Amino acid sequence: MSLDDLDRAILRALVANADQSTTRLAAKLGLSQPATWRRIKRLQEAGVIAGRRLQLDAAKAGFGVTVFLGVKLATKGRVSLEDFERAVGAIPEVQSVEHVLGLYDYRLRVVARDLADFERVLRRRLMTLPGVGAVEANVLLSEERRPGPI
Amino acid sequence: MLDDVDRRLLRLLQVDPGRGVPDLAEAVGSTPARVTRRLDTMREAGVLLGSRIAIDWRALGYAVAVSLRITLDKTASRAFDEFLVAARLVPEVIEIQTFLGQVDVRLSLIARDLADYQRIYRELILELPHIADIEALMNVATIKADESLPL
Repeated sequence: MSLDDLDRAILRALVANADQSTTRLAAKLGLSQPATWRRIKRLQEAGVIAGRRLQLDAAKAGFGVTVFLGVKLATKGRVSLEDFERAVGAIPEVQSVEHVLGLYDYRLRVVARDLADFERVLRRRLMTLPGVGAVEANVLLSEERRPGPI
Repeated sequence: MLDDVDRRLLRLLQVDPGRGVPDLAEAVGSTPARVTRRLDTMREAGVLLGSRIAIDWRALGYAVAVSLRITLDKTASRAFDEFLVAARLVPEVIEIQTFLGQVDVRLSLIARDLADYQRIYRELILELPHIADIEALMNVATIKADESLPL
C-alpha cells in the first residue's frame, strides 16, 4: 500500500497516541471526522495498522528487569524448531520470540521482577526448553521507539 | 502499588486497549466510577501510559527487518550520547535499545529489500560515530510479539 501525506500524518499521530478520538485527530489534521475515519479504516484493512497495544511502564508495574536473550539450538531440524517455538511461546515472561539468521537462532525478550526472578525464569523455564544450546543475555538499560520511515 | 483488581484491569486492557469502562467494570465486578478512579490513579502514577498502534512494515513494502548489535568504542567519553543522537536521524531505525552485557546498543532496522538494506547499512549505519563492531541478525519470522506483561 502506498501512503499520501495525510495517511502519514494519521499514522504518526496514532503511533504516538492511539487513545485520541477520531474527532480530535480530525481537528488536528484539518480533516472531517468521516474522512479521517475512512482513512484509518483503509489503513486497518490494508494491514498497515496491525492492532493497538497498551503502553505500560514495566518497572512501575513491578517488572524491573528486561533481558534480551540470544539462543542457539543444540539440535536442529523441523521438529526441534517447532517444539522449541511452541514451548518458548507458552512462557508468560517471554514477551517476544523472533526466529533470526546470524549468530543465534532465536532472539527472546524476557521480563522479570528483578535479577533473582530472572535467574529463576532462566534456570527453570528457559534452560530446560527442548533443544537449547548456547544462550547469551543482555540486560536492557534503555529503550526508545522511533516513528520509522513514515 | 497495584492490587489484584488493578492487575485484572491491566490484563484486560492488554488484550484489548479499546475496551470501554462500563465493560471493564462489569468484568471485574465493580462500578464504572470506581474503575475510572483506578485507571486515573494508574495514569497519575505513570504505570499506565496509554496506547499506540502497531504498524506492520511489511504491509508498507518493508520486507527486510534486521537487528544490528553494536559494540561502541568506549574510549571516547561521549561515545554513547553521540552515537544515539546520530542513530535517531536514520529514518529506517525503528527501535533503539541500550544494554548491559556484551552488546552496547541494538538498532532495529527495516528496509524494502536486500539492496535497500545494503544502501542503508553502507551509507547511513557505517557512518554512525564510535562503532567498534557490528553484528547483524536478520529476522526470518516473528513467532510471538504481543509484548504484554505477565501481570
